[in-house]
Amino acid sequence: MNNNQPPPPHRIIGPHRIIGMRWIIGTVESAAGPVSRVSTVLTGADLWGHFLCRISGHRNDYKIPPGLYAAGNPGPRSDVFASANYKMSFDKLRAALDGMDAWVLVLDTGGINVWCAAGKGTFSTEELIGRLRSEKLSEVVSHKGKRIVVPQLGAAGVSAHVVARETGFKVGFGPVAARDIPAYVAAGYKADRRMKTVPFGILDRLVLTPMEIIPAMKWYPLFFIFVLAIFGINPSGVSISDALSFGAPYLLLGLVAVFSGAFVTPLLLPWIPFRSFAVKGWITGLAVVYIVTRFLWAGGRPSSELASFTMLFFPLVGSYLALQFTGSTTFTGMSGVKRELKTALPLYMIFAAVSVILLAGYKLRQWGVI
Amino acid sequence: MKYLAGVTSLKLSSHKCTGCGMCVEVCPRGVLEMDEGDAVAVDRDSCMECGACMNNCAFDAIWVDKGVGCASALINGMITGGEPVCGCGGGDKPAGGSCC
Repeated sequence: MNNNQPPPPHRIIGPHRIIGMRWIIGTVESAAGPVSRVSTVLTGADLWGHFLCRISGHRNDYKIPPGLYAAGNPGPRSDVFASANYKMSFDKLRAALDGMDAWVLVLDTGGINVWCAAGKGTFSTEELIGRLRSEKLSEVVSHKGKRIVVPQLGAAGVSAHVVARETGFKVGFGPVAARDIPAYVAAGYKADRRMKTVPFGILDRLVLTPMEIIPAMKWYPLFFIFVLAIFGINPSGVSISDALSFGAPYLLLGLVAVFSGAFVTPLLLPWIPFRSFAVKGWITGLAVVYIVTRFLWAGGRPSSELASFTMLFFPLVGSYLALQFTGSTTFTGMSGVKRELKTALPLYMIFAAVSVILLAGYKLRQWGVI
Repeated sequence: MKYLAGVTSLKLSSHKCTGCGMCVEVCPRGVLEMDEGDAVAVDRDSCMECGACMNNCAFDAIWVDKGVGCASALINGMITGGEPVCGCGGGDKPAGGSCC
């Protein structure tokens, strides 16, 4: 996969403190040379890095050099665990190995987590075979029926029988979450049903919402200018005060639509009726927009064109954003998303066109044309 | 939680299946189970087409149209006319975007 092999970690032992790899705390001798030993305790700096990954593009460059690492004081009979070179994946693994003696083989996934990298083909059979060879794993370990434990979610990228045929290493698919590794090892390298399936509870969904809201908000400045233009340009000229006073409710509704589609829908996902994300998002959007307009319109309803526009356009934005959340879930498949898009995209375009017509109708009436 | 019903492309060939059980082991969604020496799909609607079972069947007894269940990736693919790719970087793609 990768012809530009990064240097194995035993060659980066020297300058690690300079480039900030403070989690390397020494070296371990192996039959194939020295290997960097990593700390199995996460520091405040590690946790801060994880937090930044959840709320920003920090994760796009949160990687470590691929290669072989040691946890504890492993020897030729110790277990080998595979991971991705996304630092958060690696950190969760090394923390789970606290108190154990094990080797960690980090594959080059371009800094992407195991699950996504397996889907993209960078956490792959070829990469694993290449890395087992370049790090001379067959010299480092000598246990009978050499085994490497690959995270369960790596199975989408790794063919165990091909790895065994090419390298002699037996691939054991471990638990989904690294924290279950001690239990997996204690159970004789068996993952039970719970360890093998992907949880997607309310907290799992909550941590994903910032990265739904932030990309959606990139469009907000455009929407902001559009709203001010609609309400600010009048027959008598451009009025900033009109733009702000008449536009303010719609600027707020724009935020409400993003909040509904990128936060409320993901959070309440299992309790919103229907399986389609577009429908879930639309229902939530309609409900949230309805509640907000009860307050906004308490002093009087806007024109019928603007009222219709509001109830049509903003739930639609919520629906579109909810559909984007399919990429973050652990249970949506490609065939299903394709089916949703086939119906939803034409409807989005039609309703967006109707929304524009309603706004045009409002302006024309305001200008006394109709 | 389950996604749309009756859409998965998962196909099993019972005459190629040797009953090794590897697909049952690698499925992260509990879609497959062993039944009298053959793998059977007991919960098709839970399948997310990740391809782990197909990848790990040494006997070509499973086929699935493996891909990402991600709307923004599929829309990107439609716009560029290429493969659906997430906007989340990796490989030679510039990093950025909101997916996974």
